[in-house]
Amino acid sequence: MTDTRTPALEARDLTLAYEHAVVFEHLDLTIERGSVTTFVGSNGSGKSTLLKALARLLAPRAGSVLLDGEPLHGQSTRAIARRLAILPQKPLTPSATSVRDLVSRGRHPHQSLLRPWTTTDAAAVEAALAATGIAELADRDAASLSGGQLQRAWIALVLAQETPVVLLDEPTTFLDLSHQLDVLRLVRSMNAERGTTIVMVLHDLSLAARFSDRLVVLGQGRVLADGTPWHVLTPGVLREAFALDAMVIPDPATGTPLVVPHEPALRSI
Amino acid sequence: MIAQLDARTGSRRRRGSRTATVTIAAAIAMLAAVVLGVAIGSTWLPLGDVVRALLGIADRTQEFILLTFRLPRVVCAVLVGACLGLAGALTQTFSRNPLATPDILGVTSGAAVGAVATIVIGGGTYAVGSSLLGFGIPAVATVFGLATAAFVYGLSWRGGVDSYRLILTGIGVTATLTGLTSYLLLQAQITQAAAAAHWLTGSLSGVSWTSVWPVLVVLVVVTPIAAAQSSALEVSGLGDDLSVGLGVALHRHRLIVIACAVVLTSAAVSASGPVDFVAFVTPQLAARLARRGRPPLAASALLGASLVVVADLVGRAALPWEVPVGIVTAIVGAPYLLWLISRHRSQERTS
Repeated sequence: MTDTRTPALEARDLTLAYEHAVVFEHLDLTIERGSVTTFVGSNGSGKSTLLKALARLLAPRAGSVLLDGEPLHGQSTRAIARRLAILPQKPLTPSATSVRDLVSRGRHPHQSLLRPWTTTDAAAVEAALAATGIAELADRDAASLSGGQLQRAWIALVLAQETPVVLLDEPTTFLDLSHQLDVLRLVRSMNAERGTTIVMVLHDLSLAARFSDRLVVLGQGRVLADGTPWHVLTPGVLREAFALDAMVIPDPATGTPLVVPHEPALRSI
Repeated sequence: MIAQLDARTGSRRRRGSRTATVTIAAAIAMLAAVVLGVAIGSTWLPLGDVVRALLGIADRTQEFILLTFRLPRVVCAVLVGACLGLAGALTQTFSRNPLATPDILGVTSGAAVGAVATIVIGGGTYAVGSSLLGFGIPAVATVFGLATAAFVYGLSWRGGVDSYRLILTGIGVTATLTGLTSYLLLQAQITQAAAAAHWLTGSLSGVSWTSVWPVLVVLVVVTPIAAAQSSALEVSGLGDDLSVGLGVALHRHRLIVIACAVVLTSAAVSASGPVDFVAFVTPQLAARLARRGRPPLAASALLGASLVVVADLVGRAALPWEVPVGIVTAIVGAPYLLWLISRHRSQERTS
C-alpha cells in the first residue's frame, strides 16, 4: 500500500504548452489525499489544460506528474486508469447503448482477455447506478436522457471505475442550478463516503467555494492563489484573476464565501 | 473465436444475447449459402454428392468439378466476404463514422492502380500477361495497396492519428489514384482495358486454390488480433479523452485496428478485385440487426461471407450470362441499406 503521506497527485516543475503557446512554466502543485480541490480562473487561464496534464491526456513539455509518488510517464495507461479516473468536458454518447452498458465501460481498466467480466464488475456497476440515482433508468437508451440525467450517468461511469483519484472537467456545464447542485453533492458524497480524492474545474466561484476544501486560482500562466475558499476568495484576488469588482460575504446557507459582484452605474449604449 | 469473445463480453448485458443470436443466425445463413453455392451451377451437386466427392467415392467428373471449380470459388467468396465485413466493422467503429469503409484508407485504390498497371503495362506481351493474371496481379495489388495505406497513414500522422484527418487524407489520395487508374485505362489497348475493367468490378471467376490460401492465412492471423481489440473499440466510442482515461492506449489501439483493416482488405482485393459495398453494408446490417451502436465483429464477418457467396451465386447462376460478383453486391447491397435506413427512421418516428 502507498504511504498515506505521499500526495495523491503532484505536479513537479511542470511546463505545459500547445504547439506555440506556453500555458504554464515551472508549475508545482500538490494534491492531498482525500481532499476536494477545485481549479478556478477566467476563460483561457489553463484550468482544463492543467487538469488534462494531471490525467496524462496532455504530455508535458517539461517536468512531470506523479501519481502516488510515481511519475505518470512510463506507466501503462491501463495501470493509471485503475487508480485515476477523468471525466472530460464533452464525452461522446454512443448510439443504441443503454445506460447500464455505458456505465459498465467504466470497468474497462479492470478487465483483460484473461480477466473477463465478473460479479465484482457487475456489483460495481449496480452500486454506481444506485449511488447516482439512475438505477431505474438503467435500461434506457443513453441518448434519450436529459442533460442532468446524462451527466449523472457519466459520473456513474467514473464511480464504477472505482479509482482513489477522480478528475472532473467542468462537470456542471450546461446544467441548470438544481442539477449543478445535484452533481456537486454527488461529488462531495463520493469524497465523504469513499475517501476519493477529487480535483475538478468549475466556473461558478460560489459553488466552488461551497463544495471544495481547497481552491486553486489560475491565471497569467501561474497559480495566483491557493488555499481554503475563505483564504483565496478575496476582492484582491478576484480583481487580479477575473478583473472582477466584487465583495465576498458569508453564504447565509452554508457560511462559505459568496461572491457578490458590485454593479457599476449603467452606461449609455 | 470472435463469436466467443463477442458473446463473452456481451453476456453481461441483455443486448449481448441479441448479438449472440444474430451471430448464430449469420453463421447458419453462411452455411446455407455455402451449400447452395456449391450445389448450384452447370452441374447440380447436392450435399450428398459433395460429401461423397470429398470422401473420394464419387465419380471422377463430379470430384473434378467440385475440387477444381466449385469449392475454391465458394471458399474464396466466404473468405473475401469475411475479410471485407470484418475490415468494414473495424473501420466504421474506430472512425466513429458509418460511412467510412476500408477504401478510405487507400488500400483499394492503391491495389487498383497496381493491378491495372500490371494488366496494361505488363500485359503488352500477352504470354507474360496470362501468367501474370495467375500470380502477378494479386502480388502487385497487395504491394500497391499496402504501400498506399502506409502512405495515407503517414501523411495523416501528426503526433498521433486523428480519424477525421485520416479520412480526408484517404479521400485525397484515393481521388489521385482513381485518376491515375482512369489514365492507364485510356492508354490501354481494348483487350487490356476490358481485362482491367473486369478486375475493377470485382470478380471471382477463374479463382483457384492459389487465390484461396493467402486470404485464408490472413484471415486466420488477423481475426484473433482484431478480436483482442473488441473491448477497446467499444470504449473508444466515448471519445479520445475518455478512452485514454479508461486505459485504452489510443495510438497503439488505432494503429492495430487500422493495420488489421488494411491487411484484411488488401487480401480480399488481391483475390477478387474490389467487391463493392460489402465492407460498407454488412457492418451496418449487423449493427442494426443486433440493435447495437457499433457493428459486432463476428456477425459482420459472417454476414459479409454470406453476402458475397450469394451475390456470386446470383451473378453466375441466376442470369443467362455471368455478372461479376462486385456488380451484384453493389446492385443488391446498396438498395437494401437504403431500405434499412428508411425503415429505421419510420420506426423512430412511430416509437
